[in-house]
Amino acid sequence: MMGDLLTVRGLTLATPDKVLVEDLSFSIAPGERFGLIGESGSGKSLTSLAVTGLLEPSIRPAGSITLAGEEIIGAPEKRLVRMRGDAVATVFQEPLTALDPLMPLGRQIAGPVRRRLKRKGQDAGRAAVAREVQTLLEQVRLPEPERLIRSYPHEVSGGQRQRVAIAMALACQPRLLIADEPTTALDVTTQAEIVRLITALVEDLGIALLFISHDLAVVGQVAERVMVMRDGRSIETGPAQQVLTRPEDSYTRSLVAAARRFDQALEGQP
Amino acid sequence: MTLMSLENVGFAYGPGRRVLEDISFTVPRGANVGLVGESGSGKSTLLRLMLGLDSPQQGRILFDSAPLEARNRHYMQGYRKRVQAVFQDPYSSLNPAHRIGRIVSEPLRSLKVPGDHRRMAEEAIASVGLSADTLDRFPHQFSGGQRQRIAIARAIVARPELVLADEAVSALDLSTRVRVVDLFQEISEKMTMVFVSHDMGVVAALCDQMVVLDRGRIVEAGATAEILRNPQHAYTQSLLASIPRMPEGPVAL
Repeated sequence: MMGDLLTVRGLTLATPDKVLVEDLSFSIAPGERFGLIGESGSGKSLTSLAVTGLLEPSIRPAGSITLAGEEIIGAPEKRLVRMRGDAVATVFQEPLTALDPLMPLGRQIAGPVRRRLKRKGQDAGRAAVAREVQTLLEQVRLPEPERLIRSYPHEVSGGQRQRVAIAMALACQPRLLIADEPTTALDVTTQAEIVRLITALVEDLGIALLFISHDLAVVGQVAERVMVMRDGRSIETGPAQQVLTRPEDSYTRSLVAAARRFDQALEGQP
Repeated sequence: MTLMSLENVGFAYGPGRRVLEDISFTVPRGANVGLVGESGSGKSTLLRLMLGLDSPQQGRILFDSAPLEARNRHYMQGYRKRVQAVFQDPYSSLNPAHRIGRIVSEPLRSLKVPGDHRRMAEEAIASVGLSADTLDRFPHQFSGGQRQRIAIARAIVARPELVLADEAVSALDLSTRVRVVDLFQEISEKMTMVFVSHDMGVVAALCDQMVVLDRGRIVEAGATAEILRNPQHAYTQSLLASIPRMPEGPVAL
């Protein structure tokens, strides 16, 4: 559709001996919150890597991915690097591996801030960068920013690390934020905070969201529209409310029934 | 009748690293007890103590009315016959070089259980819903859910009285998780189970009693239905409120 921020058409990802994702099509409008649901091996994370042009070389993409009007598949690395800053940024499951263990958190956030300011021809001096880092820390609601910018990743909690990773993604001012299982490694109370934070931020900043998770209930809280994947194929796409209450496909129905069973157990109906 | 009881149990991994404080609860024979807690709650340490891998520094653990003697090899031999465990990761808990038959019957050999081990392994593997030819194959030939079934078969082959499960369905995909929870439910009808998990939904589905741990202390314990309906402690309340729920509305499946 014209005007979409991300359009994926007939995407197939394959290694020489295996098809991993087959004939996948979906689109995300500017500012839309889109959920990708799938169990392990469904191809959901590969799809997000394809969108950012980060597939490993052994995986060959076919089809088309347009992001902010530019084709990703076959694009030269130089253009992909620019787009990864400008158009799309990703938050991964495990913030500990996404962060540099030997660099204070403040400097890690400052990196993408400085690159963006330079790219846009704005003042990228020390004071300007520090100001932006401060604003980002407030946006992701990190307590004690003074202490935090001097801390190393291992010195803060998992939830705080994920907030730092979100701040780094926002530092790029992307038009699409990809969150790939961003709460799976977190405790349930922290998960609830991070889910609220991501939802509020993309809403306030008008950023589109591609939220990837195996957890139907979490996706239901975040996304307006969802796609269910299985074995590299799209099974069902539709409004989140509809897919999670009145699914059409039999596989989606079995997933929804399973999720609702644990929900009901919590309501005291085991 | 009480199968296991913990009385004022405390444990620290060194000075200033106290992980369990004044833990008391009982596991009635035939019950399913859930130990619920987030990371740092002390639930894994508590499980280690209940398995006899460590001894409490304060208080004591009674099994079948007698103290659990974790440092007594002779006692532990008998204890392992009566208490078995299922762990979280079915990929690391099965020896990849051994056939399933050898893996499942291992407790029978090491515990010197008399009888036809092959036949007992066949019965155990059948009771977890796998076919007998499973026993001649290797772990890598099975999916995560199947491996967890194999781990459960190994846990029940020596007919223990108590099975301790540590996050035993957490690593499984949702559709597999539901089926393995069903299997645990079936098995629990024949024995006592303690189910350690961070996942309140799974515990709610499986356990009639629940112990909620926070930072090494019990904040709430009692009948699962009662705690879910009317949580007393602020921590339990926030835990329950944090669990994401499916969207409401008329459901058609």
